[in-house]
Parts: sequence; structure tokens; C-alpha cells
Amino acid sequence: MHEYSLVEALVTRVEAEARKRNALAVHRLSIRVGEYAGVDAELFQTAYETFRAGTICASAPLTLTRVAASWSCPRCATPIARGAVLRCPTCDAPARLDDGSDALTLDAIEMEVP
Amino acid sequence: MCTTCGCGDTELVPVELHEKILAGNDRAARHNREHFVESGVLALNLMGSPGAGKTAVLEATAQAAAAKGWKLGAVSADLATDNDARRLEKAGIPSKAITTGQACHLDAELVHRSLHDFPWRDTDVFFIENVGNLVCPAIYDLGQAANVVVLSVTEGEDKPLKYPVMFNAADLVLLTKCDLLPHLDVDLAKMHDALARVMPRPRVIEVSARTGQGMDAWVGWLEELRAGLALPAGQKHPHAHAHPHPHEHEHAHSDGRKHLHAHSHDHGEPGHGHGHSHDHAHGRRHGHRD
Repeated sequence: MHEYSLVEALVTRVEAEARKRNALAVHRLSIRVGEYAGVDAELFQTAYETFRAGTICASAPLTLTRVAASWSCPRCATPIARGAVLRCPTCDAPARLDDGSDALTLDAIEMEVP
Repeated sequence: MCTTCGCGDTELVPVELHEKILAGNDRAARHNREHFVESGVLALNLMGSPGAGKTAVLEATAQAAAAKGWKLGAVSADLATDNDARRLEKAGIPSKAITTGQACHLDAELVHRSLHDFPWRDTDVFFIENVGNLVCPAIYDLGQAANVVVLSVTEGEDKPLKYPVMFNAADLVLLTKCDLLPHLDVDLAKMHDALARVMPRPRVIEVSARTGQGMDAWVGWLEELRAGLALPAGQKHPHAHAHPHPHEHEHAHSDGRKHLHAHSHDHGEPGHGHGHSHDHAHGRRHGHRD
């Protein structure tokens, strides 16, 4: 249940950005959660719904995009099948986690500015 | 302001950030890492489920390390009690408890605070024994040189498949309680196979804290990582410099000398970023890919 502490970090970051831009309100947040981010997307949503009350995010819905984890060979780019041993069947190189697979990123904030 | 007609209406603007939500933790972790690296301390983040044998492995490590002349130290996190820290003290490892209350994991800031009144600089190998949990601790970088995940043979062969994020973050898996194998139906080959499906470079050492099995290999792995720090025991440079970066805690600054942090934060991480694929001890931090 570390989702609450992550949401706290998220809201703190949004508040800082809103202050920097003298925002009057925040209308939407977009985040990306990779399958290997170690975060349960539904728990994150629930934590956000609870935590946003009384903050600048109070009326800002959260758009959460899930990214499936995938692996490929760093040498020949061959995708590694899901659940397989993490080694390239062709060149025997250790597989590499593809971009976004472990992402936990704040992509965008839609804010109302004067 | 509306720039089309100058009417003074507010405007909706999309602010693109593409920033890690854990950026704040990662900053604090970098700071911890700088301290560890500058002081020649090998810091390890020890994770695993409750009862996996994290504390027992450290107790057994105390004897092996004494033979090497290494000084060990540990901070040990639990939701309640300081039992583990007291066990480690008894085993001869100066230790401090971090009581996390309801928090299920350590973060870099908690570790940083715990360092303030602990003589971690006097240690050669410093263990951060995380909260017993195979989920949450995996995503928090603490500033360690490497992650060690403790998995006991009694936990079942499929644990790596069930908790892939944790095992994917591991630089080393210590397979503990191997002395129990004759009494169990667990199939070690299946356990190794499961690890190979979640770790691109599975590095596994089978150990028993009770019999001492595997302790030589474990200490050998620590030695490889220490060699990566390039500062043998007893030859650490004194930590007596001024920090040019913003800094919230106090240090003894005996000479006021400026020390520019021009080095990479990746010191002490042998093999980092070279795109190679051999299987030596391989320290890294979270989010590292090679």
C-alpha cells in the first residue's frame, strides 16, 4: 500500500507546478503506469480519489494510462516472449526491459492560468 | 491570459512534464549515494518477505566479515519493535532500528535521516535491512550500490513469478534456509528457472545461516562489489569537505576544503552501462538498464 505515498508525491509536485505558473485551478492530470512500475493502477486511482480532496487537484480527474511490460534483446531487438527466460534465443544476450515498462510518470497537467 | 482578443479570460494550458513521480525520492537517493561512494562505504539494500531470513543472514555475515577485517553496520526497518537491530547488535553489528509505523517500505529520506546519528562512515559494508515485504520496497531507490533480495526455500518455487518487480530489481538473490531442503518438497531447479524468467542476469547464491553454506560465495560477491569501490578496508579517504550543493544536515567540516561533485554517481557500480553481458557481481541502482 505504498500508493498513498506515491499520490502524496504526485499532488505535492502538481501543487508546486501550479504555484510556479500562478494557476487558478488544475483541470486534469495524466499519468503513465508501467506494468513493472510496482504500482497497482486501481489502488492508485482509489488513493488519488481519497487524497485529492482539499488540494488543488480536488476537481481534477486522473487519466491513468497503463503500459504493458515487454522485453527485447538489446543486440538484435528480438522481442522476448512473455514469461520466457529473459535471454535472447538468438544471441543469448540478457534481455532488456522496453521503455515505459516500468514507467511511473506524470505526463501532463491541464491547468487554468490567468 | 487570452491572447486572441485580450478579453482577460483565463486560459486552459496543457503542461507537459513527463517526469517520474518518484523524482523527489530519486534526488534524495542520489544524495545518499554520493555520501556512501565518497566515504568508500558499500551500501546494500536488503529486501525480502517477512521471515525470509534477512536478519539471520546478516548475523551469519558478521562472523565471515570479521575474518576479512571488515566493519559492518546496519539500519533495520520494521513497522514496530527494534528486535532486529538488537539481534544484529548482539551479533556484533552496530545497528539502529528504523521504526516505520504504518509505512510498508523505506524511502531515501527515511534512510537519510537514520544516517544522521549513526556512525555509518566507519563501516566498510553498510546494510539497509528493508521492511519485510516483497512488493513496496522494490521501487524506492535508497542510494544503495546494489539490491539483495533474500528468498527462503520455504516460500515456494513460484515467488519470483508472483513478485516479478522485486526480483527484477535484484542484483543478487540469496536463497536462504537451504539446510531445510531435505525436509521439503521444493524443487530448486524450478526456483532457479522462475528467477531466470524475471531477472535478465540471474545471480543466485544458495546459503544457510545455520550451517554456513554459501557464506563464502556471498562474502566473495561483497568483495567484488567492494573492489568496485576501489577503496580497500582501512584506506578510506577522510570525509572532510564542504558540500557545494544544498544540504540540510550537518557534517564535521574540518578543513573547509571545497569538493566538487564532478564524478558520476555511478561509482561503485561495476559493469554499469557498458552493454556487456558477462555475469560478474553487478551493482546497480533502480531504474538501471544495460
